[in-house]
Amino acid sequence: MNGVQQPLLTLSKLTKIYGSLLANDSINLEVFPGSIHAVLGENGAGKSTLMKLAYGSIQPDAGQILWKDKKIDYWNTAVARDLGIGMVFQHFSLFETLSVVENIALTIQGPKKDLIDRIRMIGADYQLEIDPTAMVNSLSIGQRQRVEIIRCLMQDLKLLILDEPTSVLPPQHVQALFDALRKLQKDGVAILYISHKLEEIRELCDVATILRDGKVTGKVDPNKTSAQELATLMIGRTIPKIERRKSDNKSKNPTLNITNLNIKNPDPFGADLKDLSISVFGGEIVGIAGVSGNGQQELGRIISGEDIKGDLEPSAIEMFDQSVTRKGVIERRDLGFAFVPEERLGRGAVPSMTLSQNSLLTAFKKGMLKNGFIQGDVVTKFTNKCIKEFSVKASGNGATANSLSGGNLQKFLVGRELLLEPKLLFLSQPTWGVDVGSANEIRQKLISLRDNGVGILIISEELEELFEITDRMYVLRSGRMSNSMNTSEVTPDAIGEYMIGEEREGANNAIAV
Amino acid sequence: MLLQFERRDTPSKSLIFATPFIAITITILLSSIMLLIQGKSLQTTFFSFFIEPFESTYALSEVFLKFGPLLFIAQALAIGFRAKVWNIGAEGQMIMGAILASSIPVYFIDSESVFLLPTMIFLGAIGGMFWAGIAAFLKTRYNANEILVTLMLSSIALQILYYLLLGPWKDPMGFNFPQTVMFQDAALFPPIIFGFRLNYSLIIPIIFTIFVWIYMEKRFGGFQLTVGGLAPRAATYAGYSANGAVWKSLLIAGMAAGIAGMSEVAGPIGQLQRSVTSGYGYSAIIVAYLGALHPIGIVFAAFFLSVIHIGGDYALVTADLPISSVHIFQGLLLVTYLSSYTLVNYRFKPRKAKVKEVESNLT
Amino acid sequence: MMPLEFFLAGTMSAATVFLLAALGELVAEKSGMLNLGVEGMMAISAAVGFVVTYQTGSHIIGFMVAGVAGIGVSMVFALVSITFLANQVATGLAVGILGLGFSALIGKKHESLTLTAPDTIHIPFLSDIPLVGPVLFQQNIVVYLTIVIAILISFCLNKTRLGLAIRACGENPKAAAALSYSVVKIRYGAVAFGGLMAGFAGAYASTIYTPLWADGMIAGRGWIAVALVVFGTWKTGRIIVGAYLFGMVSLGELVVQSFGVAVPSQLLSAMPFIVTIVVLAIISSDRARLRLHAPYSLGETYDGSEPQ
Repeated sequence: MNGVQQPLLTLSKLTKIYGSLLANDSINLEVFPGSIHAVLGENGAGKSTLMKLAYGSIQPDAGQILWKDKKIDYWNTAVARDLGIGMVFQHFSLFETLSVVENIALTIQGPKKDLIDRIRMIGADYQLEIDPTAMVNSLSIGQRQRVEIIRCLMQDLKLLILDEPTSVLPPQHVQALFDALRKLQKDGVAILYISHKLEEIRELCDVATILRDGKVTGKVDPNKTSAQELATLMIGRTIPKIERRKSDNKSKNPTLNITNLNIKNPDPFGADLKDLSISVFGGEIVGIAGVSGNGQQELGRIISGEDIKGDLEPSAIEMFDQSVTRKGVIERRDLGFAFVPEERLGRGAVPSMTLSQNSLLTAFKKGMLKNGFIQGDVVTKFTNKCIKEFSVKASGNGATANSLSGGNLQKFLVGRELLLEPKLLFLSQPTWGVDVGSANEIRQKLISLRDNGVGILIISEELEELFEITDRMYVLRSGRMSNSMNTSEVTPDAIGEYMIGEEREGANNAIAV
Repeated sequence: MLLQFERRDTPSKSLIFATPFIAITITILLSSIMLLIQGKSLQTTFFSFFIEPFESTYALSEVFLKFGPLLFIAQALAIGFRAKVWNIGAEGQMIMGAILASSIPVYFIDSESVFLLPTMIFLGAIGGMFWAGIAAFLKTRYNANEILVTLMLSSIALQILYYLLLGPWKDPMGFNFPQTVMFQDAALFPPIIFGFRLNYSLIIPIIFTIFVWIYMEKRFGGFQLTVGGLAPRAATYAGYSANGAVWKSLLIAGMAAGIAGMSEVAGPIGQLQRSVTSGYGYSAIIVAYLGALHPIGIVFAAFFLSVIHIGGDYALVTADLPISSVHIFQGLLLVTYLSSYTLVNYRFKPRKAKVKEVESNLT
Repeated sequence: MMPLEFFLAGTMSAATVFLLAALGELVAEKSGMLNLGVEGMMAISAAVGFVVTYQTGSHIIGFMVAGVAGIGVSMVFALVSITFLANQVATGLAVGILGLGFSALIGKKHESLTLTAPDTIHIPFLSDIPLVGPVLFQQNIVVYLTIVIAILISFCLNKTRLGLAIRACGENPKAAAALSYSVVKIRYGAVAFGGLMAGFAGAYASTIYTPLWADGMIAGRGWIAVALVVFGTWKTGRIIVGAYLFGMVSLGELVVQSFGVAVPSQLLSAMPFIVTIVVLAIISSDRARLRLHAPYSLGETYDGSEPQ
């Protein structure tokens, strides 16, 4: 890109404040046509906020936005779209009960028939095929992303913004996405690519702006910068490597044993579970990989006891050699089970309640109740201990859950469950949306827990995380569970192939436990 | 839109206290405007509503007579509302409590037993709980919306009442009016001051209030209900029974309404007749909200609304105001309260720049 | 007319009260707004409609003004629940109480007066078909117009861009806002339409169906209309069927009398409510179907905060 060329989009001294949090601090950024520009930063750095400002979903508190060097006074999503900016959201903005073409018709003009033809054409052109008449609720996550991209392509697209697009894709599909993006690049479209995945950015992007704590810490050519340097710009300090020995404390009997689970989902938009078997022993960390939408939610609720199906065999779900199929959440916790859900606010914690009250939520059997009366001092002591031991940054036990950052709230929730001294711990997406430092602390804690003989089960969409800390892995796809695999004996690519269902012969050497 | 609200970081505690007063002030303002439009005297009206109820001991006793059932039912409804269980059928539960309780004096008119009243209280509770229990059953078993079910049940209860009053329970000496015989003294609550209608049934809601306060503030059960209302998925995650919350909320409300209904027939009315509820079931909803769904707040709100109701009775005569004005006042109170409550969680933030909306998409 | 024809024709007319209100509530709910104030809106419109029709002698003017009254009350609901972000259930109840209170005030002086209902319209040829003719084609104009409105609503919701936008707001208001749709404007509009229809329903009840006004005359029909939307799983066709079912039930007294069965009148009066509960339980227990058809964000307050 020659330097005389005019930038397409210029963000100048853009600032956004949320209450006391400076989410974006005087950010400068220029995007040129035909450039794939990465915005790199860890969770909580301010990437999403910046993209919402660029797209017009939110208004800046200071700073300007210029399009082709012309200042734009009123900037909202309609203006942005008219100028040719398209955004593919991290959590898609599609309507489940409408079809693909109906969803697209909400923003693109034209009779339905024409839209259907255009959808098919663009799909073929960019290898993002999709059936225009399909209902969105029947589509997989990857397919939904295609709808979002096609929707952007159907306008006169000049700049495409993608927010963490590969977090929902199996490794193999990442390449297909990159191919489509490179084609766009050749057509002169500019791309803003938000991610925290260093290797992807080095592979795809020609320039990267790095954000940390709301500020720009660097603008580099990722091809000329090492992963180490990028990481340092992103995080600002060195993160200790995870210490792990091989697990040598494995228990004789499984702490969790699920056998041949078959569940028909009453929710028409949900997944069924088919013939699912999985086991977790004490002293090991087991991971379940898979793209979301393949039954993770349903499986999670069955394991936790939030969903109880009366028609299952008693032996279908066993914990500590006892049948828990008919047992509720509290009974399972009494046996030594604890659980951190993927949804922090609204499920793991009550957003408007204090940390003390949220302790009471699941830890009430830790001396917090006497004859049904709440013992406030016990609750306070527990909460303060949790805050201290797990380095939760909060103003005190009276802080409300929704006042904590994602990472700190997650540390609190993990801490709360760990203080229940479980023998079996289940975590769903344990470090989603959590900053690198906190994520690291959480993973470290899990390893030491494992070393103490606790059985840990993790469902995660982050393959890297699973490879970092698990001893064994399963893959969940379309409600079916693969055989168990030892983490040290399998590669991310092989797992990826399981995830999309292309099992090579020879890859079927999975070791049954 | 001109008005724009921005979520606060932490809810404003001070505004939780202030909002009932803001609501009352605005309601009085709006009502005054309406009175002036109708050409009524503001002075006389205010006098009727806010002075007359306190002028005589009798008037004050009437205020407390209204206070009892309003307090009782509102406390129980508030528990349910906090758990997001919407019981709109307290009227019907009152009726069924009154009916069941009345069965004793109707069939045992000559009894002077000291067990009459306790039995009637018990039956009143059972009647209300049974009626509310139907709604709980339909909700937990069939996922039927409790707002509609409790309402429908109220209408059905009314028909049952009419049937009994015009049929098997009609007082043969009652000139064909739809009413039962007058109950014997042993089936009535003794009055607190001789000659006044205010009776000792007032003790029950007062004790109940204390229990409610303890329950919601100090007991785990109250905590569980609150969690269920604030974050149902968190309640499920914690293992709290959603069905249990529905049953608890409705049965408590049914019990309260049922006993309240019984207190009416065993008190000021002295028999079973058509107007046994006096709209308490709906007024209690307003009391519950105006009291910010808090046991202490409800005490004040119930008292305030009792004054308004009695004041309304006086205003009918003194200021020539139709009785519907009290209903309108109540409705306005709730509307203004709900509007002002926003300020607790949101900050007022007027729009800065005008934004171009997407009308072209809608062609 | 033979008794059966008379009964069935009466059913159409009775159903129209339910249908008008239910159709309006359908549109409001499709946009995500649960307006429980229908009973109050119908009550105030019944009073307004009667007074205006009586004073002006014109049903048309009466309907218009009643419609405006309905819109007015619904705007209070919209203001408090959309702009002031209050809980929709409580707000709807409050507005309903307000409507009921005002209706008594407005109608007081016109109690027990009567009007003459407009003539029925006999559609040529069709109305001469035995049985079906008198029932379907000898109705007053509002009955016919209601059917037309029902068809228009179905068309609009399912085939037009406006309908798409309304459904989007009811399904996922945050996503709709992300696409630059003014959720606030669309919801205000949908609620206003609901108010208009409730206004027509009330006016019809007091000026045509039983051309008199009495305090409390709506007698729960507004609530049944709300229930009808659930029965019909938010589909126009089913709501029409449900409305006619209830029209029949509400005329149950006639049927029973003609058979000479001695049933207490109170049981017959309670019938519509009993039937409502039963049907509600049956329909609601099919949670999968409800999830499929109920607007996903129904009753949830949208405060314009950005998608997380």
